[in-house]
Amino acid sequence: MTFTPRDWRAHPPVIAPGYKSTRLRGATKPLIPIRQSLSELTGPVFGHDCLGPLDNDLTKNGRKEGEPLGERILVAGKVVDEAGRPQPNMLVEIWQANAAGRYVHKTDRHDAPLDPNFFGGGRCVSDDEGFYRFYSVKPGAYPWGNHENAWRPNHIHFSLFGPSIATRLVTQMYFPGDPLLALDPIFLATPEPARDRLVCAFDLSLTEADFALGYRFDIVLRGTLATPMEDKR
Amino acid sequence: MSKGQTPSQTVGPFFAYGLTPQQYGYPLAGITSSDLRTPEIAGELIRIEGRVFDGKGDVVGDAMIEIWQADPQGRYAHPADSRGGNVAFPNIAFRGFGRCGTGTDAENRFVFETLKPGAVDDDQAPHVNVIVFMRGLLSHLYTRIYFADEAANAGDPVLQSVPAERRDTLIAAADDSSGVVVYRFDIHMQGDKETVFFDV
Repeated sequence: MTFTPRDWRAHPPVIAPGYKSTRLRGATKPLIPIRQSLSELTGPVFGHDCLGPLDNDLTKNGRKEGEPLGERILVAGKVVDEAGRPQPNMLVEIWQANAAGRYVHKTDRHDAPLDPNFFGGGRCVSDDEGFYRFYSVKPGAYPWGNHENAWRPNHIHFSLFGPSIATRLVTQMYFPGDPLLALDPIFLATPEPARDRLVCAFDLSLTEADFALGYRFDIVLRGTLATPMEDKR
Repeated sequence: MSKGQTPSQTVGPFFAYGLTPQQYGYPLAGITSSDLRTPEIAGELIRIEGRVFDGKGDVVGDAMIEIWQADPQGRYAHPADSRGGNVAFPNIAFRGFGRCGTGTDAENRFVFETLKPGAVDDDQAPHVNVIVFMRGLLSHLYTRIYFADEAANAGDPVLQSVPAERRDTLIAAADDSSGVVVYRFDIHMQGDKETVFFDV
């Protein structure tokens, strides 16, 4: 068994000139192919035992004196591989700005208010069918220094391992209908046919009456290939 | 039915409170740390440290480095490694995974306290798998740390697959002047010393 290759028709290149920081930080030489050995077929195992009781509820895990401000949301979806097979017990780490577009990170200098009741970091683990879910508030847009009047679209950062280090994925989930998507060099660095995979869908069936808007975001990790040569050993 | 892979996006500059909260002093328990040591140790304690340099030679202060390695007996703490999980073996608590941001050290180093891995199979020399993330990197990159004092490097198929003039970028030199053996492994994103990255 090996993992399917990273599909470079889906992932952004390491140098995308419109996103200025890539120019000095992306590798310039071609990646060197590697035959997947036990080193690539394994990875850290994190399951439900690493979760704290409020880790999957960002509307609660930063509360000090009341509820965080903003539009309450539920984000849920299924983690699968390329063959559609559910990926159970997968850790999903998340972090995001608050409703005003400000990160709690010490070096975020954006002149928007911190919310004393919102932290913005959390995690959840997919269930036996690969479903994950967490509550939060919709993150705000914020300016950044890439170019004149540059603004990041609303987004939530995701980090997943999957079954091995080969399936590692760090990505960002965007929201439907955001006019900033068409202007964002990070989103636009993604090959065009794959961009819509980064945009969640509003989902009335996930929406909880009188409580939170529901958004669906499915995540597809690299799949597996049978390797007949090795199976014969 | 085939589904397309979800694209990668950059980890961005503000990952620390989500991914390395304890290291950076945020109020969220971490799932991991840069200290892989366990109470019972059968093997050699080592430190791995290094810095990340951009194409201008400037040190990167907002990178995140992850390492994944076998224990000193060459076993991964993972179900696919059938030799692991046996309570009769030493280092049964060794998880083999660590994560470190470069934003808390005065010199912007990443520093891992760990055990020197053993060889995972008959072909490969002992090594540590490394994943590199940072603002300005849209898709994470993989590399490997090999140890300069391992004779098995000469026969390692992965090292041999790398052009000879670039192999040194994967080999960490040992320095035992401080009492603990320190392997230094700098990562150069670009330039003459550009680190070899693998298409894992």
